[in-house]
Amino acid sequence: MTTTVTTHRPRPPARPVTLRARRLPAYAAPAVALGALLAAAGIVYGAGIGGPVLVVVLAALLYLVGLFVAANAVEGRRSARDRTWSALIHSAFVLAVLPLASVVWTLVSKGAERLDGNFFGTSMNNIGARDANGGAYHAIVGTLEQVGIATLITVPLGLLCAIYVVEYGRGRFAFTIRFFVDVMTGIPSIVSGLFVLAFWVLIVSPWFNDGRPSFSGFAAALALSVLMLPTVVRSTEEMLRLVPAPLREGAYALGVPKWKTILRVVLPTALPGIVTGVMLAVARAAGETAPVLLVAGGGAAINVNPFENNQSSLALFVYQQAGDASKYSPARAWTAALTLVALVLVLTIAAKLLARRNRLGR
Amino acid sequence: MGQTPHRSAHAGTGGPSVPSSDGWSAGASARVADIPGTPRPPDHGLGGGDALPRAKAFGAEKAFRGLTMAAGTAVLVIIAAIAVFLISKAVPALRANTENFWTYQGWSPNQTAPKFGIGTLAFGTVLSSALALLMAVPVALGIALYLSHYAPRRLGTALGFLIDLLAAVPSVVFGLWGRDIFVEPVRDFSVWLNTYFGWLPIFGGDGPFGKSILLGALVLAIMVLPIITSLSREVFLQTPTANEEAALALGATRWEMIRTAVLPYGRPGIIAAVMLGLGRALGETIALAMTLGITFGISFNLIQNGGNTIAANIANAFGEANDTGRGALIASGLVLFAITLIVNISARVIIYRRREFTESAA
Repeated sequence: MTTTVTTHRPRPPARPVTLRARRLPAYAAPAVALGALLAAAGIVYGAGIGGPVLVVVLAALLYLVGLFVAANAVEGRRSARDRTWSALIHSAFVLAVLPLASVVWTLVSKGAERLDGNFFGTSMNNIGARDANGGAYHAIVGTLEQVGIATLITVPLGLLCAIYVVEYGRGRFAFTIRFFVDVMTGIPSIVSGLFVLAFWVLIVSPWFNDGRPSFSGFAAALALSVLMLPTVVRSTEEMLRLVPAPLREGAYALGVPKWKTILRVVLPTALPGIVTGVMLAVARAAGETAPVLLVAGGGAAINVNPFENNQSSLALFVYQQAGDASKYSPARAWTAALTLVALVLVLTIAAKLLARRNRLGR
Repeated sequence: MGQTPHRSAHAGTGGPSVPSSDGWSAGASARVADIPGTPRPPDHGLGGGDALPRAKAFGAEKAFRGLTMAAGTAVLVIIAAIAVFLISKAVPALRANTENFWTYQGWSPNQTAPKFGIGTLAFGTVLSSALALLMAVPVALGIALYLSHYAPRRLGTALGFLIDLLAAVPSVVFGLWGRDIFVEPVRDFSVWLNTYFGWLPIFGGDGPFGKSILLGALVLAIMVLPIITSLSREVFLQTPTANEEAALALGATRWEMIRTAVLPYGRPGIIAAVMLGLGRALGETIALAMTLGITFGISFNLIQNGGNTIAANIANAFGEANDTGRGALIASGLVLFAITLIVNISARVIIYRRREFTESAA
């Protein structure tokens, strides 16, 4: 079997053929970064126009330019663009993490100062400017009551509204309602506060109160429910739409009337998702300051009756303490802020975990 | 049962004429009727053979349907009520105003000759929101892209969760942080800008610096950042994998893949996210009330103490407002309501219109 012996062999080309495009070596990026840093330091300190922060900022800009030039020379324009955008996107991330991390760090370090039993056990009643103690008991009571009442108002209303939009509504009217629920999401909290001020505090409350307008926790709850309603409706709507049609059809085939199908089959299936939406709405409402400021008035003493007299809330407490001139008030403000954030985050995390376990998925 | 029951057109007719060869008849009613001497039941119910039971005029179904419809209508009623009550309280104050509401620069509605104008406030609102979005949107989109397409999957999910949590942090906390902590670096930065770029009118002036539009807009930007990020991240994650893989298979770099597959697909979602951020920025109250140095006057100077917005002015001036003062604040809230309503409605119209083309979940 030695019939065909090739006499000429392929000779290697003069320059090796590379199938892969030329790439920047791995050390190129750090080298460019170092060069940019040195150049920036030279420029900034040489001209005397700023400090270390400016050096970093200028170095970042020079790094972007240098990376583009280097990659453009070696790898070509498309790859250079890719690298530059990648660097930009990474730096956007770093840029945003810095302030957010600062917020969290300040919150924890400053908030821990007054995190004691006294803070949670006392109100601000009879606390003068020279008193170091005093706490947020009244504000916590106010927040819980206002948000609780707002939830009681919002959940049935929101559920029914979403049921109408998803199950019954047809045509133009249902579309209008959906549209305005979306629009209502964007109503500023201060406007809802002004609405309740004009409607409840100035017009309705004088009937119960010998003709004088009266602030109350209930008014704050009304304002909060205006804010919570669209969130609850939207999330419930989404969840109801996720309920599989065969479940409904099965119920209809068994002769179950529509309303009973909705109450016994559709709602229980969508329940975890609905609870998640409600909890997120509650978390948002608990952090609102402006409406409470306008219609609950705020107060220093404990007031457990939401239907009469001024009430405070945690968010309002933070705002008022921050505006107070006493040297002890910033510590109280930060601790109250930490408490508020803890409350809101616990609600949010619980809602997210619940959503993750939800069978309907998202 | 060993027997195959009648499958026939007349099995269900239930009359005594049904031939019952084996003693088993097809249905209960037929059996009853088979017994001689039993009067024939009236012609309805099972096996009646005529129309389905007619809907009752006032049944549970109708009642439930009416209830849900009422809840749906409540949304429209609330929005209408907001407008009606704000107008009814604003008109007396506007009548009492001795200056032009649109052009007068100042806010002293509590005097015997009330003077107040919305011009400066509306200007400050629009300016601070626009600046905040200008800074926040590119960074937020960068982070969203980083989380969805650059970061390792696990890290992306974890950080996305964290960003969602930051979106829930109440605005009063950001306000407190901006006033106590962030004001220092911003003041240094303002002084630097003033030294080297003072020839630009927006960076001019001779102090004091710090509690400026710049600080307010930066705090606003940090606040809306998590919202825009988390919404647009979800949109980016929904890009069909087939589109991305097709782009990569054609030799696109990662950035080209993002530009040709991810961004066009997510555009309606991005618009919706930005508009939602804008809505929040326009209505933001407490954070701006705490960070702006409240002044009246239209000025493009970004770094000098000053700046004011409609919402911040309501929070600040509410405490010492008399009857006319409250009416004036409600009038300004009405203007804010109108602005946000316009922004929201136009955003929704954009989204609804685009949804017809792209069918994306915006």
